[in-house]
Amino acid sequence: MNAQRIPRRVALLAIVLTAVLLSIAASLWIGSTTSTISELWHAVVTPNDQVSDIAIREIRWPRTVTALAAGAALGVAGTLIQGHTRNPIADPGLLGINQGAAVMIVAVTVFFGPQNPWSQALLALAGALLAALAVFGIARIDGRGASPTTLVLVGAAVTALCAAVVSAVVLLSEAALETLRFWQVGSVVQGYQSALMLWPLLALGLGLASINAGQLNVLTLGEDSAASLGVSAIKSRITGLAAMVVLSGFAVTLAGPIAFLGLVVPHLVRYFFGADYRWLIPAAALSGALFLCLSDILGRLLARPGELPVGVVVALIGAPFFIHVAHRRRAVSV
Amino acid sequence: MKNLNPALFSALALAFIAVLAIGVHVAVGGTAIALNDVFSTLFGFPPDGRTALMIYEFRLPRTLAAITAGVGFGVAGALTQNVARNPLASPDILGVTNGASAGAVAAMAAVAQLSWLPAGFGQWGMPVFAVAGGVLVTVIVFAVVWRSNLESNRLVLVGIGMSGLCAALTSWMLTLGEVVNAQQALTWMAGTVNGLSWQDLAIAPLVIAICAVIAVVLRPQREVLAMDADTARGLGSEVARDRLVLLGLATIMAVAATVVAGPLAFVALASGHAARILSRSIVPPVVHSALLGMIFVLAADLLAARTFSVALPAGVATAVIGAPYLMFLVVQQARTRNIR
Repeated sequence: MNAQRIPRRVALLAIVLTAVLLSIAASLWIGSTTSTISELWHAVVTPNDQVSDIAIREIRWPRTVTALAAGAALGVAGTLIQGHTRNPIADPGLLGINQGAAVMIVAVTVFFGPQNPWSQALLALAGALLAALAVFGIARIDGRGASPTTLVLVGAAVTALCAAVVSAVVLLSEAALETLRFWQVGSVVQGYQSALMLWPLLALGLGLASINAGQLNVLTLGEDSAASLGVSAIKSRITGLAAMVVLSGFAVTLAGPIAFLGLVVPHLVRYFFGADYRWLIPAAALSGALFLCLSDILGRLLARPGELPVGVVVALIGAPFFIHVAHRRRAVSV
Repeated sequence: MKNLNPALFSALALAFIAVLAIGVHVAVGGTAIALNDVFSTLFGFPPDGRTALMIYEFRLPRTLAAITAGVGFGVAGALTQNVARNPLASPDILGVTNGASAGAVAAMAAVAQLSWLPAGFGQWGMPVFAVAGGVLVTVIVFAVVWRSNLESNRLVLVGIGMSGLCAALTSWMLTLGEVVNAQQALTWMAGTVNGLSWQDLAIAPLVIAICAVIAVVLRPQREVLAMDADTARGLGSEVARDRLVLLGLATIMAVAATVVAGPLAFVALASGHAARILSRSIVPPVVHSALLGMIFVLAADLLAARTFSVALPAGVATAVIGAPYLMFLVVQQARTRNIR
């Protein structure tokens, strides 16, 4: 049985990877004006300074890279958070972790001037960690460990609080509405420099997640069985939390607080790849990248000749999905 | 003191605070006005023409907008919590206010995008679409649990999802509606009473006042619905009909308040619940909720718009104050449901 599933999963991973490559091509191709194939070829192979080359190389390529990196990070972060909480409606965006990271960046930027990407990322990590500890801590007060609903409701409160503080701080600095919307819904138009500098963080987060994958497999048997198999629950919880915080903080620094992506992607990959986290983690990274890249393309199509911030598109897709999952009488066990 | 009814006592205290809040809200602004001048002007005896102009033309519309929104949200919250028998079920948490906001902005987007719309659509289309948005969200959210358990928190979860969806739709419609005016965008995303004039207050205060009176009159129905559905049926109540009437009232009030001031977060949630605690009654009381909502919005607006160099939208302050209240409610509910 298991031996038969491995080729199937390899084939599935190959399909997702192909889809990612196709979406990169589409992302370079589609914009406020759609390029022709020859223009695309020209820009990739023999670029000079013609207008279509600049549009593709200076605008579309950076946002594509940003979308792929942030999407991969959020997809894996969502898979980890759902796995550790065994909660099918958990998501770093819905639980306020992304908004916590955003508050930290915004507040420090407004009061102490612009920060370089690395300090932004460290602030984001601190904010994400604080928000995560707050949400998990408060939700645990109910005594027997947080129920899925309690966790999400506390997360909603933390999200609302952080979003309001972000609005207040941005408005007090008299920044433009565009800045406000970036820190409220997220977008991939300005994160390229951060992506180029911060990729070690993504690597660190994905590495921690890979280490955590095997532990999560054992932990699904229950913490006592895991202990008898030599897996320390506390250590693997801490590893998981660290991976999630690093990935969320990285994604927020690049693309703002995008919600719902970390909710949808784990459901998709569990459906296709089963329950083995050693497969789920890489699959979630690829699918998250694909999801955010496609959402960004959709955002350019939905509001032509302008564009919709990618966070809005993800919410338009993800919120109905959330309603569907929350509405089911018995949510699938994770 | 021993015989004093706690509901009456707290209502009187709240009314006193509300009057004070109204006075302060009118008094504080670019130029401060003395409180006794404010009250003498409000009762029709302005000390001088300048004060009269300032209060009647500039301060009063803003104060009335805050009162309207506060009463509308407060009572809508009480009614929804009453029907759902769940303190977390309020129009703001369930996405009704965001739905109304999305509807209103959709009408604005339609005006900008569709040239064949009849003239004047901008005037009547906005409230009509707002009502449609609010009603649609209420129907969807309550349809999910109507046949099973109305108290279930699945209602609240679906509401949170609808709320996120409607906020995203609002964002989209704002780009389509060519809203370049930051003030307008903020109104529909966070809620504010900045920059309102008498024209914006033509209908909504009247609608909210009428609905509030109906809600007071329907107290027997609300008391029966506060019991569990079987008991209510056993008492001969038309449970489904009464629920529909009260939810309809709540939705109209929440939508009317949203049309005036935007989707102010947590006013309905906090006012409805706090009113029940203060009055020590089983049903969330209408008068207390109205007064509390009014005080909440007036205070939030003072805090947001008058404390800093920039006039922040009142929705920012209601969210900062209301979010901890939501946490408190969630934790409290999780604890009691565990004990049961």
